[in-house]
Amino acid sequence: MGVVQRYGLRLQRKRWRLRAFRKRRELKPVTNRTDQIRKNDILLFCTLRNEGIRLPYFLKYYRDMGVSHFFFVDNDSTDGSAELLAEQPDVSVWHTRKSYKRARFGIDWMNWLLRRYGHDHWCLTVDPDELFVYPFCDSRPLPALTDWLEASSIKSFSAMLLDMYPKGRIDAVPYQAGQNPLEIASWFDSGNYTLKRNHLLGNLWIQGGARARVFFPDQPEAAPALNKIPLVKWHHRYTYVSSTHMLLPRGLNYVYDEWGGEKASGALLHTKFLSTFNDKAMEELKRREHYAGSLEYVAYANALQDHPDLWCKWSEKYINWRQLEILGLMSMGNWA
Amino acid sequence: MSIGIVMLAHTALHRAEQVARHWTKAGCPVVIHVDQVVSPKRYRIFTERLSDDPLIRFSKRHRCDWGSWGLVAASQDASELMLTGFEDVSHVYLTSGSCLPLRPVQELIDYLKARPRTDHIESATTADVPWTVGGLDEERFTMRFPFSWRRNRYLFDRFVELQRKLGYTRKIPDGLTPHMGSQWWCLTRQTLSSILQDPKRKVYDRYFRHVWIPDESYFQTLSRLYSTSIISRSLTLSKFDFQGKPHIFYDDHLQLLRRSDCFVARKIWHSADRLYETFLNPKPGELSRQEPNPGKIDRIFAKAVDRRTRGRPGLYMQSRFPNEDWENGVTAAKYSVFQGFTELFTDFEPWLAQVTGARVHGHLFAPDRAHFAEGQTVMNGALSDNATLRDYDPKMFLTNLLWNTRGERQCFQLGPKSTPNVVWDIAKDPNAQVSVISGAWAIPLFQSNRTFGELRKEAAQMQKIETQMLDALRSPYSKCRKRIWTMAEFIEAPMEAIQVIVDEIGFQPNRRLTTAPTMVDLAGFGQFLQNLKNQGMHPYLMGDFPADPITPASLRDTQRPRPYLVKK
Repeated sequence: MGVVQRYGLRLQRKRWRLRAFRKRRELKPVTNRTDQIRKNDILLFCTLRNEGIRLPYFLKYYRDMGVSHFFFVDNDSTDGSAELLAEQPDVSVWHTRKSYKRARFGIDWMNWLLRRYGHDHWCLTVDPDELFVYPFCDSRPLPALTDWLEASSIKSFSAMLLDMYPKGRIDAVPYQAGQNPLEIASWFDSGNYTLKRNHLLGNLWIQGGARARVFFPDQPEAAPALNKIPLVKWHHRYTYVSSTHMLLPRGLNYVYDEWGGEKASGALLHTKFLSTFNDKAMEELKRREHYAGSLEYVAYANALQDHPDLWCKWSEKYINWRQLEILGLMSMGNWA
Repeated sequence: MSIGIVMLAHTALHRAEQVARHWTKAGCPVVIHVDQVVSPKRYRIFTERLSDDPLIRFSKRHRCDWGSWGLVAASQDASELMLTGFEDVSHVYLTSGSCLPLRPVQELIDYLKARPRTDHIESATTADVPWTVGGLDEERFTMRFPFSWRRNRYLFDRFVELQRKLGYTRKIPDGLTPHMGSQWWCLTRQTLSSILQDPKRKVYDRYFRHVWIPDESYFQTLSRLYSTSIISRSLTLSKFDFQGKPHIFYDDHLQLLRRSDCFVARKIWHSADRLYETFLNPKPGELSRQEPNPGKIDRIFAKAVDRRTRGRPGLYMQSRFPNEDWENGVTAAKYSVFQGFTELFTDFEPWLAQVTGARVHGHLFAPDRAHFAEGQTVMNGALSDNATLRDYDPKMFLTNLLWNTRGERQCFQLGPKSTPNVVWDIAKDPNAQVSVISGAWAIPLFQSNRTFGELRKEAAQMQKIETQMLDALRSPYSKCRKRIWTMAEFIEAPMEAIQVIVDEIGFQPNRRLTTAPTMVDLAGFGQFLQNLKNQGMHPYLMGDFPADPITPASLRDTQRPRPYLVKK
């Protein structure tokens, strides 16, 4: 990589940081409890809109895991999400009415909060429908992982997005607040992913899974990206480039081994396909606030009219992280 | 007699306190060295908290960076304090603040009492062991290392290179043979005091101060001078990964640690409450007199290192994406590829599945869809048969299929109509066993009812593509195992060729085939080829096919009863 290209990336990084700085004015603090944050706390950052029904389980899941403080950007929810969050003792909430799309799908807001509060902390950036799993997550809390990463001089940890879906119609079983979404959406595709390398930023581009199989069989290049790097020991100079798919500086994107070995990695169980999905898809189609002209939602809306079954004979039912490790979707690396 | 514990603590002081009290409860005095980086305030609190225990002392503080002399200096000072302060100490055990005793202290005392003159210190000459980080073994004793390996790797490496180029070597003090090993040792009073009171200690100290990672070589080398009996094994269970940093133990290692029968383990995660809870409150029960046996733990950690350095062959995923030729196996398992066989035999796929027990697919890379075995539309791993999805990344389609079906032999058909270039991925894969009957694509043309002009055009195209495919298979980059017959060659003795292929799949080795696939009726095929020739399109891939409209010799062959061939 030449000097010019390196300098180009530096400028790009500065540009995203500047943009995040500009967008900070769109965020109005609702409750700010950041004075509670202690030196080694693990922080979680999340943008949401009308996801109140998911929050009780989401908060419990990550609290049990070892997250100490939550940062939420509430993009003008109308379902009482903001009020629910404001009551929580370990949550800080910001509110905005501004466009999700013009904040580059929320990532400018995330970048600003990360820069302001995340410096020198391990930061987990996830969506409300994403459940993070990592090797040994059933017996070791998240600080065990971050301590190990720290001792190994690893700054970023990858977790591929794994689309979970129910068997039968998506709206067949209504989701209740507080329920584990994996009880309903417990199936996934285990071995139909494609990987490509992004030579400029160094990250992998992963596509495939149930969404490519059912919604994008005729235009696989348009299928959503599944590579994610949600857990980073943040430095105020870092910035996410596009969602949590990749970061700058590019060294943070090298979460994979190129010489045959396996680095440790986890997964984000993506529980988008619940009974709440149909309404959501219709709303998002109207708002047009999602990536690439909400292409994804257009595809969903078209397919959803026939109530497709994402499930197929070879779908795998989720059991635990060990199953994902055996299937080769994530790896323990040298963490034993 | 008792054992003196020297403890080097730097973080998680509350755990160090817990463990120190555990030792003193059993009557073992403890000298604690606290790293200089710990703030004076925290140090004061820590010493005050432990001041009620007369068996605990604190030694002079040093700065203990990884691989620095400070670690040796700290061990020396603490050991001196131990030997002078506690007269009845017969052995000194060096531990860290993140060590945890796994067996009741009394067992360790009994164990050492039975070996009063034995030093337990891992100590090997540099030539004999492969555990060196950074590729330095002998040289760590003969060079100078003014730059930190951790913080200033670039300068460290350049300076080593420079010394190599100049041929610079330091002189090793007379009488010393460099040895190295785990820094966690247990020495007798005799050996340790001899080392510390050696008249030449100043010389040795000056020398070792500039050796790289002296804490792994100072005591290991000097004990060889004085010890009467060395057991070159550390009593501390401590495993290192491929970067030379210690593996960490967590709550889920409890059973493993318990069964290892080691006396002390390092390093324990500071929040592994269950481990501290269990091992610091041993249940009064039978004493085990077993020798330490860390075999199982060794295997688990060796496997982890292997996973990190070599990985699982044929797996491509978010944290394993090997460069070409570094895959350690392009695909996950051996597989067979057939070209021209379904064209020549009417029932080749079911027949092959029956005789080999393998999963036999049709044309996986056909233009319309992936023809999976038994007409399935989705395969293992939810791999779709959609041609667009497949052709988005045909190589990953293949590697995915083989990864998803590990443990089951895969066979599939290939042909000139397959996705272009996928033949290259197959040719470069040592796991592929490719069998080709060249020119067999002409048989469906021969059987079809289309106009001759169309046939001629298609034949020319197919011949061109197949020639390129054969070039790929025969190219110097090709690593697959390949057998290529012309059609004429093949039908001379089809059963022999098939026998070889089936043996290679290897489900029932050295068994003679008892059934044969049914060959299509080739009467008139020679004439068909001749007609193509007459039209100016020369089909050469079939070999010298007799133009006469006679039944080929081989077909007569298969119809004639043979002793080993029972036709159904």
